[in-house]
Amino acid sequence: MGIMDTQLSSVTEWLASGVRMAIPLLFAAYGGLLTERSGIANIALEAYLLMSSYTAAAVMAITHNLYLAISAGMLAAVLTAGIFGFLTVKVKADQIVAGMAVNILVMGILPVTSNALFSVSGQTPTLSLNERIEQTWPFVAIGILLIFVTHWMFAKTRLGLRIWAAGENPDALAAQGVLPKSVRWKAVLLGGLVTSIGGIYLSIGAGSGYTRNMSAGRGYIALAALIFGKWKPIPTAIGCLLFGLADALQMILQSVSIFADGSPLPTQFVQMIPYVLTILVLAGFVGKVSAPKSLNTP
Amino acid sequence: MGRLLLAVFVGLFLGCTKKESGPSVSSDAKVKVGLVLDKGGKDDKSFNAAAFKGASDAAKDFDIELKVVESPDDASYEPAIRGLAERGFQLVITVGFAQSDALKKISPQFPKTHFAIVDAMVDVPNVASLLFSEHEGSYLVGYIAGSKTETGTVGFIGGMDVDLIKRFELGYREGVLKANPKAKILTNYVGVSSEAWMNPTKGRELTLSQIGRGADIIFSAAGATNSGVFDAVEEKKKFAIGVDSNQNWVKPGRVLTSMMKRVDLAVYNTIKAEKEGKFVWGNKFFGIADKGVDYALDEHNAALISDELKKKVEQVRTDILSGKIKVSDYYVTRTLCPKSPLNCDRSQRRSGESGRTTQSVSQ
Repeated sequence: MGIMDTQLSSVTEWLASGVRMAIPLLFAAYGGLLTERSGIANIALEAYLLMSSYTAAAVMAITHNLYLAISAGMLAAVLTAGIFGFLTVKVKADQIVAGMAVNILVMGILPVTSNALFSVSGQTPTLSLNERIEQTWPFVAIGILLIFVTHWMFAKTRLGLRIWAAGENPDALAAQGVLPKSVRWKAVLLGGLVTSIGGIYLSIGAGSGYTRNMSAGRGYIALAALIFGKWKPIPTAIGCLLFGLADALQMILQSVSIFADGSPLPTQFVQMIPYVLTILVLAGFVGKVSAPKSLNTP
Repeated sequence: MGRLLLAVFVGLFLGCTKKESGPSVSSDAKVKVGLVLDKGGKDDKSFNAAAFKGASDAAKDFDIELKVVESPDDASYEPAIRGLAERGFQLVITVGFAQSDALKKISPQFPKTHFAIVDAMVDVPNVASLLFSEHEGSYLVGYIAGSKTETGTVGFIGGMDVDLIKRFELGYREGVLKANPKAKILTNYVGVSSEAWMNPTKGRELTLSQIGRGADIIFSAAGATNSGVFDAVEEKKKFAIGVDSNQNWVKPGRVLTSMMKRVDLAVYNTIKAEKEGKFVWGNKFFGIADKGVDYALDEHNAALISDELKKKVEQVRTDILSGKIKVSDYYVTRTLCPKSPLNCDRSQRRSGESGRTTQSVSQ
């Protein structure tokens, strides 16, 4: 296909598609940001996404009430975060092992509950068009709001500063008479709440119900974006957008002629782009990584 | 690490239950059939759903004991297959090419157990390989897409970028060009890992992207990812073509037809043969002659396929059967460039990357 005639529309299409791909990443990355800033390494984001997307879709399918569905999705992710918090904050288990355990738990629970509720394994019934949030803008608006609120929270509010301190130097926080434990609890639960919006987007925003493991590794890519952003709100958001745009770019490049004979780049090469980006980022291309100092120490 | 843990747990689980049921095996007259599904699970509305339907129908019709195992990830095929074989199941059916390595390894260790695999060639004397002529079925739905397109642009979305799905793509391309030699065909693959089969969010995104570039009919061979494709055509009032199972019912009126791969029939017949003591190992092919691959026509898309078009498609089917139309098979040609000189936009460049022989069906 000719590249010239479709150039302009390709660019706007690419941007729109990139933003849509970035939405679930942003919420998951911010869920990770809140948790990790308090000193808790969180690889359970995948579980939060799956749990909230499943619950929102399931409640929607049963009650046909959007507000109930959204609330249930949020609650489910917060409860999942509660399990993760119990393991990491309360009983001080190894945070990576705890995160993995929560992921496996959720992947196991969902097919069982869906089987009990709808007698299908790992799915919810298909939702009709008017039962979904067809518009993307509410999610974009909440996302932008989230970026600024989080930035402001860490810069100005007492809770934000305490979360930051719990991750950098919990002893100093304790010396001031603030229990790092209670700060971390708040951060973990808040992380679940924020991530749930990404999960809700997957199942009743972009999708028409929950399908098995529909987050497809986005919880981990979100962590890469978080590291890319050096655990800071604005750069993390930029990282998510970058990953979304890279993914959207590879979709378009797959079928755009590049070579003189009219053939596109090989699919495998094009699909490498987001992964290469991730590896470059994780290999320290972004410079000195400044993780919270007490990350992964119970 | 999680997968490893999971594999250990599955192994432990199967290992434990083995002891309980072990002694009763020899006295039990019922034929015990195990079905190991791929990652999509029995409710993917597509490939695995078809296999599950075939096995459940057989369980209804014959006096057999059926055990269905869903595989959460690549590491769980082997313990699942081994567990069933160890527990004295006479027939173990594995679904999907991804299980071929595990089956190649395990089947020689249980020479008295009968195995079957869908979509792959496993050359062991106790394994039946159930293979389909996906290219011919895809040609039929491609012909329908080429006849129905109003924009002159149609799309193809493949799940994982593997030879099996390229076989769909090539047959589809040729079918489209047969009906409409000037048609433009957009293609996208969801991914290169097995997550590509269950990423509806990305399926929707790819579909919106192809619609944005003018496609009005999109054939999607991507397992559970298809649900995202259907959502997008519903939003944009375009058409999709389903795959493996008859998916016309998923979005009535928006699914033009489905390229049915009668995995249900293949599984049913394999169980029937086992029950009657007529199990035969080796390759079994299902094509358009025996309706092992076909396009779906039912009350959900009756209004979309005119009698005239139906007649034409039947003519195409007859021509393929008589050899008048020869559909290129990617396993043989190794290139995605259809025979027609026109519209060769994915050129031979792609053929070089995988210059293997036809044997690599099981890849």
